[in-house]
Amino acid sequence: MNSYLNKVLAIVGKDVTSELRSREVISSMFVFALLVIVIFNFAFELRVENKEAVAPGVLWVAIIFAGMLGLNRSFINEKDRGCMEGLLLCPVDRSAIYMGKLAGNLIFMLAMEAIILPVFAAFFNLPMFTPRLLLIVLLGTVGFVAVGTLFSAVAVHTRAQEIMLPILLLPVTVPVLVAAVKATGDLLSSTPPTTEGPWLGVLVGFDVIFFTAAFLTFEYVFQE
Amino acid sequence: MSEHQGAAVSHGVDPARIARRGSAAGQSWVARLLPSDPLGWLVLAFIVAALFSALIYAPTEATMGDVQRIFYFHVPSAWVGFLSFGIVFVASIQWLRTKRPWWDALAASAAEVGVMFTTVALVTGSIWAKPTWGTWWDWDPRLTTTLILWLVYVSYAMLRSMVENPAKRASLAAVVGILGFIDVPVVFMSIRWWRTIHPVVISGAGMDLDPSMVTTLMICLTTFTLLQLHILRLRLHLELQRDDARRLRDLILED
Repeated sequence: MNSYLNKVLAIVGKDVTSELRSREVISSMFVFALLVIVIFNFAFELRVENKEAVAPGVLWVAIIFAGMLGLNRSFINEKDRGCMEGLLLCPVDRSAIYMGKLAGNLIFMLAMEAIILPVFAAFFNLPMFTPRLLLIVLLGTVGFVAVGTLFSAVAVHTRAQEIMLPILLLPVTVPVLVAAVKATGDLLSSTPPTTEGPWLGVLVGFDVIFFTAAFLTFEYVFQE
Repeated sequence: MSEHQGAAVSHGVDPARIARRGSAAGQSWVARLLPSDPLGWLVLAFIVAALFSALIYAPTEATMGDVQRIFYFHVPSAWVGFLSFGIVFVASIQWLRTKRPWWDALAASAAEVGVMFTTVALVTGSIWAKPTWGTWWDWDPRLTTTLILWLVYVSYAMLRSMVENPAKRASLAAVVGILGFIDVPVVFMSIRWWRTIHPVVISGAGMDLDPSMVTTLMICLTTFTLLQLHILRLRLHLELQRDDARRLRDLILED
């Protein structure tokens, strides 16, 4: 078990080191998320009266679109630089590769969110740093990355690569988007709903189900 | 020639399958429209019975009028669509377990048939909703889940068209086929909670069905299920023939 953890950490370490040197994934995700927020400002006229109604949606669309950008690089980078064979020839279980890649993508997305949340809080003048909101962001991101890492590995084997990932990923992650937007909305609303929705439960359920399913099926993506 | 056939058999190409297709080539177009097997004739007979019972036998609904009759084709299409996606799920798991190409061909065929019937269900539902609800679409759990499901399997079909290597394509598609189907109950539950917390503008209130309406619905459900089996069988046959054609081509190119 300990050696399994070491293998996972080795793959995460490799991704983090390469990101620290190039800084291309996190920075492009951040700029893109920022752009989404700015574009939505023009599209929806985010004035003070309706900000609570649109803010959760804007936040999650920004996170998910930016996350898609990062997930796409996850395996395309390996392929473009000829590292895929090396990765697959590593004497580790395929599931360890999944775990490593998942943890790497999660770190990159959380790093992006750590920068975008304060910016978002400033733009919208909303309290973004309550423990509950951070929990929602974490759970939503885990679910999205759990499926996203698997589908990123699927998409890299296709002709279209970058185009294929959003098409595969967006329909399947609808429950994450619904639950995360609703949970965030209930929290940010100035008139909190009397009955609490089951949204945290949906997020946890989605995370558990899809992490398990992706963990079990990942090895087949690399079988010839 | 016999040498080639021998080689073909050893490469997994079934000569009988190729011969069967050849027999249909000389027929007139009228003969080709008619069913070529017992299941096809059974389906044809059931379609006639379903048309009769849905359009003539079943009474006209009191409040909705004749537009309600679309229900007899709408519900069976939705059912058959879901059934097809269930087949994709099972066939995907079986492909990953056994690696028999037949399972992959079944998954590919069932996904296409499922998308077709789900499209019919969505379109007929919209046609019914406009005069009844006053709108083409409502984001209610059933409609939304069906739409998401449709999108999942359209993306499944796109994925299949973007991978060249057959074994690779089968495995990638199987992974998506499995995760997509697991998603169905999760999407349904999340949309249901989403809608029940919001005020429901339009509710598809349960309708009390006349016994003759139930009979009609049962006939139509049977018809659509048989029709789906028939189309699926033909589609699977076509998929296997494509595989054969591809193997034969590779074989000839090798020589």
